[in-house]
Amino acid sequence: MSRHPRQQFDVLVVGGGPAGMAAAVRAAESGRRVGIIDDNPAVGGQIWRGGSEAGSEASKWIERLQSSGAGVLRGRVFQQPGLRILLAESDDGIWELAFEKLILATGARERFLPFPGWTLPNVMGVGGLQAMAKSGLPIRGERIVVAGTGPLLLAAAAYLRQHGATIPIICEQASWGNLARFSTVLLAQPDKIFQGLGLKGQLAGTRFSASSWPIAADGRTAVESVTISRRGKPETIPCDYLACGFHLVPNIELPLLLGCQIQNGCVRVDDFQKASVAEVFCAGEPTGIGGLELSLVEGEIAGLATAGRIAEASKLFSKREKLRRFARSLDRTFRLRSELRSLPQPETIVCRCEDVRYSRLREQPGWRAAKLQTRCGMGPCQGRICGPATEFLFDWKPDSVRPPIFPVRVESLSGLTGDSNLELCEITGGRS
Amino acid sequence: MRSQITMTVNGAPIVVPSGTTVAVAMAIAGQTSRTSISGEPRGPVCGMGICFECRVVIDGKPHRPGCQILCEQGMDVNTDE
Repeated sequence: MSRHPRQQFDVLVVGGGPAGMAAAVRAAESGRRVGIIDDNPAVGGQIWRGGSEAGSEASKWIERLQSSGAGVLRGRVFQQPGLRILLAESDDGIWELAFEKLILATGARERFLPFPGWTLPNVMGVGGLQAMAKSGLPIRGERIVVAGTGPLLLAAAAYLRQHGATIPIICEQASWGNLARFSTVLLAQPDKIFQGLGLKGQLAGTRFSASSWPIAADGRTAVESVTISRRGKPETIPCDYLACGFHLVPNIELPLLLGCQIQNGCVRVDDFQKASVAEVFCAGEPTGIGGLELSLVEGEIAGLATAGRIAEASKLFSKREKLRRFARSLDRTFRLRSELRSLPQPETIVCRCEDVRYSRLREQPGWRAAKLQTRCGMGPCQGRICGPATEFLFDWKPDSVRPPIFPVRVESLSGLTGDSNLELCEITGGRS
Repeated sequence: MRSQITMTVNGAPIVVPSGTTVAVAMAIAGQTSRTSISGEPRGPVCGMGICFECRVVIDGKPHRPGCQILCEQGMDVNTDE
């Protein structure tokens, strides 16, 4: 472990997904000294994970980023030790990142809801399983039930099927009525409808069921079957994997740490993507779940704004507004139905890090009490998985975040330099 | 053709293509990433370094997020107990 030389940027971008890449490109092309910090082996975020075909939108942005002069660092931001400085931990040390302006492009994660058997191995997120497949997991011939809610279900099912998996059924909790209204919105968005049609071709012959959701996963050492509620009737389907996720939640832990104002779970920004804190901008999913195109345009606006190119940034406003309308329709279409609140049984684990069961949580008056009394949300994920679940199940509101916002090694906290054999420590988990 | 990586998972040798993550190598080897505090076997969930369910012991270092680390020649990976 060592402290890398301090890095100084005009514009620092946290997150190397589409929003972060677009932001970095536009700022760097404007002559600013730009750095991206991301915790994955490669830039591209979740949607562009696993490389890209030549000529694709992903490869165009990746090439543009490479020639823009922006630097890419690998690490995970965990603390703000002073004004306009962030600390990030990498495999071999600590980055001290100083900046004039900061763009937060921290993306989103899947929302998971607990139901009996959801902790069995091979029950994963929808994006989670797709990410594993993109990282080398062999899925040819595997039976994968895809369930939950959101546009990711179709996109992931198409990808998995294309790579040889069998998809016995796609279960979408939203009703046909909601989906039909959503299709009307799609008609107003030509590029979206092509996307939809393309997926339709790839998914021909796949069973798709609306108003359906998993009620239990069963298996000895890993999932072997899933029981779904299909328009009120239970049906058990044998499978090798269950890919299950309930749309997305913004990653707002870092914006919260920096004191950014949050509204309805999203970072509040002005026309130029500027957050409520001086010199801090935010783009992409943390400002509201809206998908790839909106992330790119928000990133571009933020990047241009940090470089002072206000007029050019303003030209993108109308495109962004159109995409935001689409984003709002996503929220309405895939709103979680109240029946999902009764999925967990008393013994169902809700907090996977600390194995806290539903029966203990439902006695608690709120998130803070639950943390203190049951250790819910106190493990290494710091409530990133069980927080959104308990928010839906019990209407609990998460409290403020405290550094470090990710589990880090003790020496990263103390700022020790030189070689160290100190054990890794789950700072917030406490069970090291 | 992509190069191959030879490593060990819970003591047994395994060969995976380069570019494979540690979480995937564990899955290919049929091994559990970690055992939960009440003794349940667990595997990867989010696939993006958020849930920490795929955390493993890599070359003696515990709690490493397997889904965000690429396999390397000679790596020794073990279930995080």
